Amino acid sequence: MIEVVSAERCIGCDKCVLACPTDVFDRGTDGVPVIARQDDCQTCFMCEAYCPVDALFVAPETRPLPDGSALRDEARLTDAGLLGSYRAGIGWGRGRTPGARLAVGPDLPRATPAPPPVKPSTT
Amino acid sequence: MSSPSLPEETTVLTEELTADVLVVGGGPAATWAAVKAAESGASVVLADKGWCGSSGATAAAGTGVWYVPPHPEAREAAMASREGLGGHLADRRWMARVLDQTWENMHEVASVSRYPFPVDERGEQLRRGLQGPEYMRRMRVRVQRAGVRILDHSPVLELLLDAHGAVAGAAGHRRQADRPFRVRAGAVVLATGGCAFLSRALGCDVNTGDGYLMAAEAGAAMSGMEFSNAYAIAPEFTSVTKTAYYSFATFHHADGSVVEGAGSTRGRSVIARTLLAEGRVLARLDRADEAQRRAMRLGQANFFLPFDRLGIDPFTDLFPVTLLAEGTVRGTGGVRITGDDCATDVPGLYAAGDAATRELICGGFTGGGSHNAAWAMSSGTWAGRGAAAFARALGEGAHRRRLTPAGGVGLRPTGTPGAADGHREVTEAVRREVLPYDKNLLRDGAVLGPALERLHDVWAVARAGLRGHGKDAMRARRAAAMTATARWMYTAALAREETRGMHKRLDRPHQDDPGSRHRLVTGGLDTTWSVPETGAALPVGATAAVAAGVAR
Repeated sequence: MIEVVSAERCIGCDKCVLACPTDVFDRGTDGVPVIARQDDCQTCFMCEAYCPVDALFVAPETRPLPDGSALRDEARLTDAGLLGSYRAGIGWGRGRTPGARLAVGPDLPRATPAPPPVKPSTT
Repeated sequence: MSSPSLPEETTVLTEELTADVLVVGGGPAATWAAVKAAESGASVVLADKGWCGSSGATAAAGTGVWYVPPHPEAREAAMASREGLGGHLADRRWMARVLDQTWENMHEVASVSRYPFPVDERGEQLRRGLQGPEYMRRMRVRVQRAGVRILDHSPVLELLLDAHGAVAGAAGHRRQADRPFRVRAGAVVLATGGCAFLSRALGCDVNTGDGYLMAAEAGAAMSGMEFSNAYAIAPEFTSVTKTAYYSFATFHHADGSVVEGAGSTRGRSVIARTLLAEGRVLARLDRADEAQRRAMRLGQANFFLPFDRLGIDPFTDLFPVTLLAEGTVRGTGGVRITGDDCATDVPGLYAAGDAATRELICGGFTGGGSHNAAWAMSSGTWAGRGAAAFARALGEGAHRRRLTPAGGVGLRPTGTPGAADGHREVTEAVRREVLPYDKNLLRDGAVLGPALERLHDVWAVARAGLRGHGKDAMRARRAAAMTATARWMYTAALAREETRGMHKRLDRPHQDDPGSRHRLVTGGLDTTWSVPETGAALPVGATAAVAAGVAR
C-alpha cells in the first residue's frame, strides 16, 4: 500500500491524485497530496510510475504497515535506493530506455494442464 | 448555500452530456472501442471509474498477446492448441476473426501509437507482448487525439433505457468533483472488466462486476459464468500476480520439504489444498538459469517489486506464497455476445473485453494473459464500430428519447434504507463465499448449494436496504454487483454438473461429452437462472426484471 509521500520531493503537480485508479489521494492544502483513503489502495504501483520526481513509495504489502516499519521511513528508503525504483524499472523518465523496448521475457517451461477424463459411457 | 435540511443531491447540478457512443471503462477494450467508434465518425464519451491509462488489470501488469502471423499452419496450430482444454466450447470462426483483428491492431499499436516494441537481431519487432503502463499510456493519448471526451474518476452507476427498452445512456457520479453526471447516447459499450471481488490481485480492485449488473438490469444475459474460479500465485500479503513465472518455481511445505505435485499450471489445486491444510506454502524460483533470471527481470519489472522491497532473492530464498482470486478477470464468463459486432441481448448495448464472455475464443479454460489481451482489442474494435453504426441508424431522434433509469439494488431500495456503510457488510458477506479455495476453486455441489443460498440472502437484504449517496453510491453499487456476480457464478457452477475447462467439480470429476458440451446462459436479478444455450428464447426472468425496474 501507499505509505510515503515525500513532502521534500513533491512538486505539487497532483499527477498522483489523477493517476491513482482507486482515488486514494486528496489534494493537500499545502500542495502535497494527502493519503486520504489508504484502505482503497490496491498496491498497483501506478502512482509511483506517474510521479515525475519519485516522491511516492508503495510498500508491497496489501495491508497497512505498523508505525516504525523501515518501509515507511523516507530516509531509509532513499538510502536503499527504493524511492523511484519502479519508475526506473520500467524505464520512464528522461534519458532512460523504455522498459517496453527491452521486455523480452524467458520462454516458459509451461506444462499444459491435462483435460479432465471423459465420463465413461453408461449405455 | 446548501441547507443542512436538504439532501445534497437536490442542490448539486447534474452534469449533462450527449454523445453518439458512450464507452464505460478505461482499460484496453474501452480505449479501442472509443478510438474505433470515433474513427467511424461518432462523437464519443468515455467514462472510467478510475483513470483511463492506469486503471484495470492490464495497465498495472504486463501481458502476452495472442498474436499469430497469418500463415495457415501457424493459425491452425494456435486455434487447435487449447480447444480441448476449453472443453470444446470455443468457436473457430471467432478465433479466426480475433487473430485477424489482433494482427491488425498490433500493427496500429506499432505504427499509430509508436509503441517501443523490442526488436530481434534482424531488426524485426517482437510483438508477442505488451508492457501494461506503456501500452495504456499510449492508448490514452490515442483516445484523446481521436477527439473522445474522457471522464476520469467517473463511475457509471446505472444505464438509462428508452421507452422500448433500448439502452440510451447512463448515469454516474464524478467522484473527484463530487457531482452527478448523465450521458445521453445512441449506444453504450460496456468495457468495465471482469470481477475479482476486491482480492487485491494486481490492478483488479476496479474490476467488481459493475458492467454485469448494469447489463442484467437492462435485460442482458451472461454466458460462461461457471468459468470464474481463476486464482493467481503471489507472494503472501502482496498484490503481484504473475503466475507464469512460477513455472520456474518449486513449492515447499513450511519444513522445507517439497510439496509433491504442486505447480503453476497443473498443480495449483495442490497449492490450494496445502494452504488450506497447513496455512503456508513456500516457493523458490530455482528452476530458472542465469539467462532466464535476467530475462524475467526485463520481461516484467514489476514482478520483482515485492522481492526487491522486502529483501528477498526469489531465486535462492524460500518465500511464502498465496493464491489471489481473479474471478472472471481470468475466467471466461461475462455478458453474452449475440452478434459479430459484440451486441448483447439488449438493443443499443455492446460488451467488450472482460466484461464480455470470452468463451468464443477460450471456451471454458482461462482467457488470462494473451487471449484476453487479443480479445480486448478485437472485441473493443467491433463493439466501438457496432455502437457507432447503431447510433448512426437512430438518426437525430436519438437524443430526444425519454429516458428511464434501470438501476435497482444499491440505488433504489425496495424497503427501508440501511446504514450508509451497509456496503461493507454486503462486500464481506460475498467475499466469504467466493474467495475461499474450498468453495470456489475446489468446487463441490454440496458446498456450492448452501453458499448460493447464503448469497441469495445477501442479495435480498441488499435489495431491500442497500443504498449509497453521492461518492458512496459507487461503493453500494460495487457491493451489489459483486453479489450478483457471485450468484450467477454459483448458479452456473451448480447447473454444470460435470468438470469442464477450469470448472472442476470434485463431486463430478468427469467431462460429460457430448451431453453437456454446450454453453450455459445465466442471468436474473431477484431470481437467478442458468440454461443451456440453444438459440431459443431466454427465460422470461430477464425481461420481467427489466419491466419491474422501469415501473418503479
